[in-house]
Amino acid sequence: MMSAPLSTFRHRFARNRAGMAGLVVVGLVTIAALVAPLFYPGDPLRSVASPEIWPFIDARFPLGTDALGRDIAAIMFHGARTTIVIGLTASLVASVIGTTIGSLAGYYGGLVDDLLMRVAEMFQIIPHLVFLIALVAVLGPRVDVVVIGIGMVSWNSMARLVRAEFMTLKHREFVLAARAVGMSNVRIILREILPNALPPTVILASLIVGGAVLFEAALSFLGLSDPTIASWGRLIGEGRSLIRTSWYIAAIPGVGILLTVLSLNLIGDALTDALNPRISIPTDDR
Amino acid sequence: MRFLASSILRRVAHAVPALIGIALIAFVLLSLAPGDLVDILAADGAVQDDVTAAQLRAQYGLDQPVIVQALYYLRDVARLDLGFSPIHGLPVADLIFDRLPATILLMMSSILLAVIVGVSLGLISGRNVNTWRDVVASVFAALFFAAPSFWVGLMLMVGFSIKLGWLPVSGMVTIGADYGPLGRVLDTCTHLVLPTAALGLFYAAIYARVMRSAVLQVSVMDFVETARAKGVPERAITLRHVLGNAILPVVTLVGLQMGTVLAGSVVIEQVFSWPGVGTLLFDAVMARNLSIVMGVLILGSILVVISNLVIDILYYWLDPRIQIQ
Repeated sequence: MMSAPLSTFRHRFARNRAGMAGLVVVGLVTIAALVAPLFYPGDPLRSVASPEIWPFIDARFPLGTDALGRDIAAIMFHGARTTIVIGLTASLVASVIGTTIGSLAGYYGGLVDDLLMRVAEMFQIIPHLVFLIALVAVLGPRVDVVVIGIGMVSWNSMARLVRAEFMTLKHREFVLAARAVGMSNVRIILREILPNALPPTVILASLIVGGAVLFEAALSFLGLSDPTIASWGRLIGEGRSLIRTSWYIAAIPGVGILLTVLSLNLIGDALTDALNPRISIPTDDR
Repeated sequence: MRFLASSILRRVAHAVPALIGIALIAFVLLSLAPGDLVDILAADGAVQDDVTAAQLRAQYGLDQPVIVQALYYLRDVARLDLGFSPIHGLPVADLIFDRLPATILLMMSSILLAVIVGVSLGLISGRNVNTWRDVVASVFAALFFAAPSFWVGLMLMVGFSIKLGWLPVSGMVTIGADYGPLGRVLDTCTHLVLPTAALGLFYAAIYARVMRSAVLQVSVMDFVETARAKGVPERAITLRHVLGNAILPVVTLVGLQMGTVLAGSVVIEQVFSWPGVGTLLFDAVMARNLSIVMGVLILGSILVVISNLVIDILYYWLDPRIQIQ
């Protein structure tokens, strides 16, 4: 539960310089994603100039061009869209699965808990990226497959956190009171406990977004994402073939991923400090 | 020892249903794929007429209800029979076991590097909080925690192999070279450096973060104060009293992360053309050889369970107190 009112929380967050820097970078990436179709209309994956123009040489192509003469800046702007959309939707999927399983396991305990935690253990054992690769190999390199797949391998820490919150909260007076007035289990879970269990999950969600961005990058690096969509990871993969001469093609999108994930982690750290929760956030899910 | 045996038994008892579940996931994925084995053979021209096709389906149990097929599949997996790869002319399990040593070598060296670098950095920053050492170590951890390992690998390759020419670009051994037995080991080691760094530094960053906070927690405990009051030098306190206790969460994490290290090595192998399971998996995906893909998924999960058992034993050895719990 939040120990301080929202204004104090906001104040504490604003004092964290690294967290604010992270917020600025994530904001910039989001803006880039939003304005991409305005700045770089048309398909970013079409050839527009001669191949392998280095960055900072031609003013029309500030980040240079790749092996096929495609504008790297255009791919970076449109790739930001892919990164943001897949990162957010995949972590939304993970949060919904994790919260559902965590609340059911924590609220009911006993056999339900045992059963659901076995499922969680299964997804802890299964090598995540290998599972994603298998999923894409069978169902094809489609965006929805990638999003749901990343969601399926990212909910574990969320489930464990929500379960722990439910296990402590379900013995509190306000829950006992709700039960005493005859409220149904579903309503107690959704209306009484869940809102109180949510604040610490916000921190975890920012880490899950970072993890989802890295999963998407790895998949598209391997060439296992939708080939018609601009993606930072895919550009790194394609830049590999020219790594001896034009290494900037692989370097630039990597910096984009690094800065985005770093910023998400810094935001997560700042949220942890500001909320100062007694929970420790598990970092073992990547 | 009796405690250790019962804890291993409990873990195996937990792992078996999980592994059955994973095998069922593999079965479901295989049945979602369009076309069965006979269709694939027919596409290759190996099966010409419907009668033969029906005979083959009966032989492989493909005419049975789905539940029966799933049970057949589970039985095969339990016998480590993961199917046959017509392209290689070998059983899938043989193909994977053939590539496994290279992958395990890469995983072990990466974990070793990660633990050494991560624990040292965490110890340094935790014992020197808010000094420049702490800042440098924390920045290192933050950067490598966020960088995609395959990109770090490529950038290391640009720097150390292409620009400086110090280390080989890819592969596990120099092709066509004969250095003798000792030379071969050294040759493999030089090939191992960059993939190990690319994969290991990510985990080093995680361990540094975890170790730092563990060191901070342990440092204020009574036994540390007692040691200091007895006049034990700070250096000895760090190495003898803090290190041994603060390393336990790192060991737990190493166990939990086995699966992700394995998956990470799949990508790193692809970057450095390392001839392990990852390269086999990637080639199989490209050739749509799904029995190999599912074989890697299942054997990879078994490998994770086995390494968790090893970590359990290691943990017991590091912290005999857990038998009281």
